[in-house]
Amino acid sequence: MSLLNTVVRPVTEGEGGFEAPSINEFYPEVIFFAGTWFEINRIMLIRFLVLTVIIVLFTMWANRFRKSVATNSYVPSRFQMFGEIALNFVRKSIAHEQLGEKDGDRFLPLLTTIFFLVLGMNITGIIPGLNIAGTSVIGLPLVLAAAAYFTFIYAGIKRHGIRFFKSALFPSGVPPAFYVLVTPIEFLSTFILRPVTLALRLMMNMIAGHLLLVLCFTATQFFFFNTDGIFKLMGIGTFTFGFVFTLFEMLVAFLQAYVFTLLTTVYIQLSLADEH
Amino acid sequence: MTTGIYEIVRASASANPLLPAPADIIWSAVVFAILLVFFWFKVLPSFKKNIDARTAAIEGRLAEAEKAQSEAAQKTANIEAEQAAARAERAETISRAIAEASVIKDEIIVKAHAEADSYLENAKKQIEAERQAAIISLRTEVGALALDLAGAVVKQNLKEDKNSAGIVDDFLNSLQKDGKN
Repeated sequence: MSLLNTVVRPVTEGEGGFEAPSINEFYPEVIFFAGTWFEINRIMLIRFLVLTVIIVLFTMWANRFRKSVATNSYVPSRFQMFGEIALNFVRKSIAHEQLGEKDGDRFLPLLTTIFFLVLGMNITGIIPGLNIAGTSVIGLPLVLAAAAYFTFIYAGIKRHGIRFFKSALFPSGVPPAFYVLVTPIEFLSTFILRPVTLALRLMMNMIAGHLLLVLCFTATQFFFFNTDGIFKLMGIGTFTFGFVFTLFEMLVAFLQAYVFTLLTTVYIQLSLADEH
Repeated sequence: MTTGIYEIVRASASANPLLPAPADIIWSAVVFAILLVFFWFKVLPSFKKNIDARTAAIEGRLAEAEKAQSEAAQKTANIEAEQAAARAERAETISRAIAEASVIKDEIIVKAHAEADSYLENAKKQIEAERQAAIISLRTEVGALALDLAGAVVKQNLKEDKNSAGIVDDFLNSLQKDGKN
């Protein structure tokens, strides 16, 4: 019930009827530094909280790793093993799988950061008391997409020099006359749409998930407390749907983190590929 | 001037969710940068060290296990070779012992036969010697008896002719009895 109240309170407090969630959900009131370039609202605080949790958690894991090496203890505890599985998932299943061991390890800091940052920010959307994803506002997805964008361009230039742009915009095997058509498309898809789609896919998924959850629980609140008779029963349905969708959002949170990281890796891999 | 730009940017961001507010971009970049540095310089090096050390340890232990396994296989081969040699030596010893036993048996049999022959010969000689001695003794005894008889016959003839034949018969009977004994 506290989850329900937390979710619906901003929308229904002080009002008798049903009020559907709107885009204003993602523009909460400024709490600190109002009117400056550094103003902080609830979503920013959630981001700081996630950052702190990630740093604390991974510091504990890093200390365990160091202790293991120092004591030559190679059988990890359950806690340490969980950290190894998480980091190895990014390292083996994403970085090494797409880029090979050498390049995978080169870009691992970026990929690890993206994966755990997106996962952590996404998961706040279903944590009671927080109830909104840190990635549901464009700023963070855009920063992450920009990081991915500049990294794959850097990787391409570092490997192939200026020839990277030529190969990307003028693919080999295409008759020269078609470059009039192909080159703008390639430019649009490679240098414009890639970062835009990365950012929008993540943000829109989180926005849609949040709106659906808020809609379900707002409707539940409305049916339970503002209607009579048989309409109260509909609250059970909306609550069940909201609960199921909360579980689904857990999957989406992980899936979006995986997709964002994987696509970044694929873009880097395409930039490093020999056909450039 | 800065405040003016800020107000314009913020107003456009509020109107369009696809346009980020300055603070959104700034704090997102700060969060991202802090986490990137954190993973790059703190977490991943210790993680890689841990994984590498474990991999090295596992590989080292695997190498040790393989070495121990090859040593065990070598020892097994040596033991089997020693067992085969011992079996061959045992078979040779047994066959040699059998041959020697056969020779010894033959020697013992020959020797036993020789001793038996020797004992037989000695017994025969002893029997012959005893027989000769008995014959000599008998002859001596018979001679003495003959003399006794002759003396008795002479005495009887001298007394009564009728009794002479009985005396001779008695003498012959006594001789027969002695021969049986």
